[in-house]
This record gives sequence, C-alpha cells and structure tokens, in this order.
Amino acid sequence: MNTLDRWAVCRPATSGGVGIFSEGKIPELPYAAFAEDMRRLLLDETGSAAEGSRCVAYFAVPQDGAEDGEGITGLTFYALVARDETGDILAAKYVRGYHDEDPLPSLAAEIPALHVYERDIAERYGVRFVGTPWDKPLRYPFDRFRQRDRIDAYPFYSIDGHELHEVHVGPVHAGIIEPGAFRFLCDGERIVHLEIALGYQHRGVEAGITGTSHRLRQMLLGETIAGDTVIGHGTALAGILESGAGGEWEGNGLIRCERAVALEMERLAIHIGDTAALCMDLGYQTGHVACEALRTLVINAMQQWCGNRFGKGLVRPFGANHRLTLERAKYIEATLAEVMERYRMVGRDLLSTPSVLSRLEGICTVTRRQALQVGAVGPAARMAGVVRDARRAFAFYPLEGFEPVVIDAEADGMNGDLMARLKMRLREAEVSYTMIGAGCKELAGRWFEAYPAPDYGQPLAPEALVVSVAEGWRGEICHVALTDRKGELRGYRIFDPSLHNWMMLALSVRGAQISDFPVSNKSFNLSYCGHDL
Amino acid sequence: MFIIPLFLILVSAVCIKGVVNKTRARLAGRKGVRFFQPLLTVGVLLQKGEIYSTSATWLTRTAPALYLATTLGAVLLLPLGIFPAAVSFYGDFILFAYLLGFGKLALVLAALESGSSFQGMGSAREVLFSMLVEPCFFLLVGTLAMVTGYGSFSSIFATFDNVSMDWLMLSLVMGYAFLNVALVENGRLPVDDPRTHLELTMVHEAMVLDLSGVDLAFIQVAGWLKLSIWGALLVNVVVPGQVEGWMLAGWFLVAMAGYGVLVGAVESLMARNRMTKNATYLATVSAIGLLGFGVAYVLMTSGLS
Repeated sequence: MNTLDRWAVCRPATSGGVGIFSEGKIPELPYAAFAEDMRRLLLDETGSAAEGSRCVAYFAVPQDGAEDGEGITGLTFYALVARDETGDILAAKYVRGYHDEDPLPSLAAEIPALHVYERDIAERYGVRFVGTPWDKPLRYPFDRFRQRDRIDAYPFYSIDGHELHEVHVGPVHAGIIEPGAFRFLCDGERIVHLEIALGYQHRGVEAGITGTSHRLRQMLLGETIAGDTVIGHGTALAGILESGAGGEWEGNGLIRCERAVALEMERLAIHIGDTAALCMDLGYQTGHVACEALRTLVINAMQQWCGNRFGKGLVRPFGANHRLTLERAKYIEATLAEVMERYRMVGRDLLSTPSVLSRLEGICTVTRRQALQVGAVGPAARMAGVVRDARRAFAFYPLEGFEPVVIDAEADGMNGDLMARLKMRLREAEVSYTMIGAGCKELAGRWFEAYPAPDYGQPLAPEALVVSVAEGWRGEICHVALTDRKGELRGYRIFDPSLHNWMMLALSVRGAQISDFPVSNKSFNLSYCGHDL
Repeated sequence: MFIIPLFLILVSAVCIKGVVNKTRARLAGRKGVRFFQPLLTVGVLLQKGEIYSTSATWLTRTAPALYLATTLGAVLLLPLGIFPAAVSFYGDFILFAYLLGFGKLALVLAALESGSSFQGMGSAREVLFSMLVEPCFFLLVGTLAMVTGYGSFSSIFATFDNVSMDWLMLSLVMGYAFLNVALVENGRLPVDDPRTHLELTMVHEAMVLDLSGVDLAFIQVAGWLKLSIWGALLVNVVVPGQVEGWMLAGWFLVAMAGYGVLVGAVESLMARNRMTKNATYLATVSAIGLLGFGVAYVLMTSGLS
C-alpha cells in the first residue's frame, strides 16, 4: 500500500520559511504505514540515512476531550519531513487512544536520527517504543510522565573492567555557563565512550509560549530560547506569529531582508567569538585576544542598530522598531570591512602556526556517515561534507547569490576534524560578510518604502499546524505550532539544532584523548538551554 | 658570601611571576594586573581557612608544607657563579633533584588522596612528565661536572668558564636545554597551561584543585620559588664566567628578567602541545641534553681544551 502520496505537502519556499498545514489536510495513517513511509523518506536505497531529507519535527500532542466531557482521550503524533530536492515539507500523523496497548516498534533502531524525538515522546507521555536503541530520558521536563525520575539518578552507561576508569564532569560547569553532566569512560587518557546528560533546567519555554496569547510576551520568550541565537529563534517564532496573513502583508519583503542581515550578523559575531574560544582552549593567546576584540566590534555594531548587542528587540511580528537606515547600514558595512580584514589576518596566522595546526589536524573526527546517521544540522553537518542548509533548501533566502559552505571532509582525508570545524567558521564568516553587504545594498534601494510597525494583535492561521524553519548560526531551527479555531496557540514545539548535534560531540571524542575534549566541545559550541528548553 | 645567591633567588622569586604576567599582557595588548598581584593573592589566601576532602588524611594537610620546605631546601643548594651556595658538598646536585622530587611525590600522594578523577589524571601526567625530563637534567649537570672536573654546584659554576671559545657553544646548548627543563618543571606552556580553566587538560593545576587557604598559598609560593630556581640554573650556565662582585648580581637580575620575558613570550605566541605529543617533546629535550654532552665530549677528547 502506497501511502506516501497521501502525506500533506507545503512549500515554505514561497512563504518565507513558514509552512501552514490545515489540520484537516494532514492524513492520519496507521502506525505501520507511517513507519514504512518514514523509512522510505529518510533512508536511501542502501538503507543508510539519506542526505537530502530529514525529519525536522516529530512529536506527540495529547488529544483533549474536554469538549466532549472527557479528559485526555489519547495522543496524536505528528511528523514533519523536509526534502531538499523539492524544497517542501511533508506532514502526517497517527493517533493512539488512551487505552491502546499494542506496542510501537521503535523507528530510531533503523533511523538513529529519530532517537531524540522518540525519547522526548517517551519521557513526556510514557509511550514505550519497543526496541529503541537508547532508552533514556532526553531533558526531564517539569511535566514529564514519571515525576519520580530525577536527573540526579540519570542511568549512565558503564562498563566494568580493571583497565577502565570513569571521569565525571559537571553538572556545575567550570566556566559557570550552564548545567550539563559529562561522563567519560576512559582507558587511560583515551576516551572509550562519552555520555552527555542534559536537562537540569526545566525552563518550560514551550509551555510559557502556549500559556499566553500576548504576542509581545511570546516574542520575548522566543528570544530567550537560546541567548546566543536571539535572531535565529526570533525569526522562526515571528514566522509562526505572522502565519495568519499567509506571508502576504505590507512591508514583508523589507522586514525579511532585514532579518536576514541580522541573522548573518549574529552568525558572523558568533563564528568570530568561537574562533577566539577555540584559540583559548588551545592555549594560543594571540588568536584568542585578537578574535575577542573583533567579536566585540561586530556585536557593538548590532547594538548601534537595535540597542542590544545580541539583537534583542529587533525581530517583531509584522514589522520592527529599528529600521536599518542608510546611516546605520553604512556604519555596519564600515565596521565589518575592518573586522573582516583583521579576521582574515587571524585566519592566515592560525593556518600557518605549526603549534596550532598540530592541535587541530586529524583530531576528534566525525565522518560524513556518522553525521548523516545522527541527523546533524548546520555547520556541524556541513563541516563533515553533508550539504544541509535551510537557507538554500527552502530558497526563501531574500539575498541573492547565496551558496552554503561545505567542506568535503573525505576528500582531504581528515573526516570532519577540528580543522574542518575551524575552516568552516573562517569560510562561513566570509559568506556572511558578503551577504550582509548584499542585504545592505538591497535595503539601500528600498529606503523610500514604508516601514511597518509591529502588530501584536493578529491571530495565527486557524486550525492548522504551522512550521517555521530558519538557519541559525548553529543550524536549522524548527518551530512548530498547533492552533485552535480562533487562531490561538494550542501547542508549541521548539527544535533547536543542538538537539541533534550533541550526539556529534559525543561521537567526535570517541577514541580521542580526553585532554582534547574541551577543544572539540568548543568547536561545536552547542547550546545547553536550547536543548533543555 | 653564601647569602648572596640565596637572597637573589628569593628576590627574583617574588618578581618573576609579575614579569611573566606583564609580558603576556603586553603581547595581548592589555595592561595586565598589577606587578605584585601574585603577592597580594597569596596574602589573601594566607588569611583564609582550608577545606579538606572527606577522604583526606594527615598527608593532605602536610603535603603543601613539605612541598614548600623541599623547594626552600633546594634553594639553599644553588650557587651563583663564584658566589657559593649555602650548602655545598660533593654530589649535591643529586640531593637537589630528589629534594624537588620528594616534594612532588608528597603532592602527588595528597592529590590521589582527594579521590577525585581530575586529581588522579593530573598526578599521572605530572609524574610521567617529571620522569621523562629527569634524564635531561642529569645529562646536563653531568656534562658540566665532566667539563669542570668537580662534583658540586658551587665548584662547577665557579669554574665553568663559558666565555672561552671552547665552551661558548656548549653554554648556549645547555642554556636552551635548561630553559626547556624549566618550562616542563614549572608546568608552563607548551607542556602545561597554568592559566587554563579546563580540568581535563590540566597537569599541575589539576593536582592542587582541592587545596585551599594556606595550603594553596604554600603551593603558589613554592611555584614562584621553582620558577626562580630553574631560572637560576639557566642563568648560571649562560652568565659570563669571569664576572664577579656587583656586576654578577646585576647580570643575574637582567638574565632572570630576560628569562621571565622569554617564558611569557612562549606562552603568548604558541599554542599548547597536544597531551600525547608531550612525551615526544620531552624526549627531544633529553636529546638536547645528550647533544650538550656530545659537544662537550668531542671538545674534550679532541684536545682542544
């Protein structure tokens, strides 16, 4: 039975990265057919993970029978699969009643990238997937099914043996950033296995966004999902809040272009900051201080634009409060020109300093195959040679001539090592710089257009599933909203790129020296709060 | 007379950390902390109490004091050019090496006692690196003994005439080798990074993670002393042999400042070694020691001197 062509389709490319599925059009499939379709979508002919498609969201929502005088009657499971080739997103769902007991065979066993989604569903609603390869809680949300499970008793993987020893780092971070526990199984200085336990924060961001109908409050919450991806998450959330207008509103083009410029500025700032952090962990002071100073220049230019160094207050639904005027654009262009000149110099210095090179080349590698299997996104995937970029995939990028940076990891025989991660940053910074220039030029040509003020009174697309995708600096950010008849939020799910990429970090240090772990950690620079929500 | 080297080493110990810090800050384009900030830090630490791990015994409590005491003992054995050391006898350099070794052993045992995996890793690394650098030290001092024909630091450095055409080359090779030994023994870049906050990459710092208050102050003071001790050895090898009196003291201070600047420059301008590469690096340091020995042996047997 071919059910694949029954999946609902939308093309976010035509509506600024936002896809709207009306609730009635999403087909309800039996689990067996659903699983078969997922396999056909996400695996290639050889049975390994496909490059051109990925599951961007897969989650469950309780069916509320309150209107019929009942409690929760069951769960509805939604899955969204994005395809690069056709630039579309497919959606389907399956339903389980409250009393259904037949087992659900785990899909993660065949498609490892789905493990985060299945673990999330299992810990939230107590659904058991049979044969799941890594049956552990994902983030211990406050409304988890088993309230008695505590993260302090996280079931770490362990191996018995006289030769092996365990090293536990965290959950209090040495640099006092955010909580996360790392358990290393080591054979002397060599790491045999690393397990990462996250979920100490229980922030309840999703519930917070669903719990209010105040658009500005929702927007402010969205900006705090990950403090270093304000523009990225803000753009994705704004896309959802604007879904009621279906992408057709006054000043749409102008605002989208501005957001793209802001997104690239965020990317540039973080990439430069990461280069600094990487140098610090290598003990290379010159690179460290040079890049720190440059990052400050970029985020100060951001402050010049919107009053906040991290871009808070910039992205608002249906408009904005801070126009990128000619004057501001000129200032940004001048600053960035200087920054890039100096950053290139740092890049040349790094790539020609033997003591730096010896710390990076061939160390902490992740192969392309591994990246595909764990469903890596963003720079972490591209540095391993996987072409995966939401900016290109959905062609909604308002700036022309964009081409993602991809490092052919296998060609240089290094398989996505630390060096690939550094080069990724150096090259993506160049692309971002070019794009910011293009954006400023585009905006300069539209200075006479009216500038829309934010509108916090619009409803969302009613009775729909709205998906919004944006390429933040860390990778693909996916927000999904379920709306009721009045166009208010019924459910909200956030998928930060870190969710997928933490596994990349764990894989990168397998077999590596434990003293190289901090460098590899910094080279991915993943978000704790983006995962913990 | 013997009070002079002692006094000079103590003076340089107080200042050397400041020189290194200032060099690093300057090369990073910063002003940096105050020159005597390390002293102030120790002053603060001395006023604080200690916190001990539940698994700690008397060993943890005494180890920092032992570490400081053995380091001070080693200071007594060091001469400066023609100024003899406070304590000097035939073969005193062996006592010198193993006094420092004993202090280190006490610290390693105390670190293991804390029961933390970081301390365990740090200790393992520290012991490995010390073991690998030991042959180099003995090769260097042995060569000096062979060249001068004496068996104690005071007589060796009083007679080692490094400005003569024959030994100038040897003096430079040995100076370079002593510099490397100093970098390793003091846990500086490229082997260890004293400023890192990453426990997994620490060597010496990981061992003292659990110490606090007066204990930590002792470790830090011992750290300055060690930096200065190894610097003094280096200076002894490179300072021109015929200098004496006030000139020698001046030479010493200038050379020590140069040594501090050099350490700071190394830390600013290169990245740290990968942990696995350190063993190779240390073997290279020993090879330089061997080179020094080879140069000396050839010069002596060829009848040039």
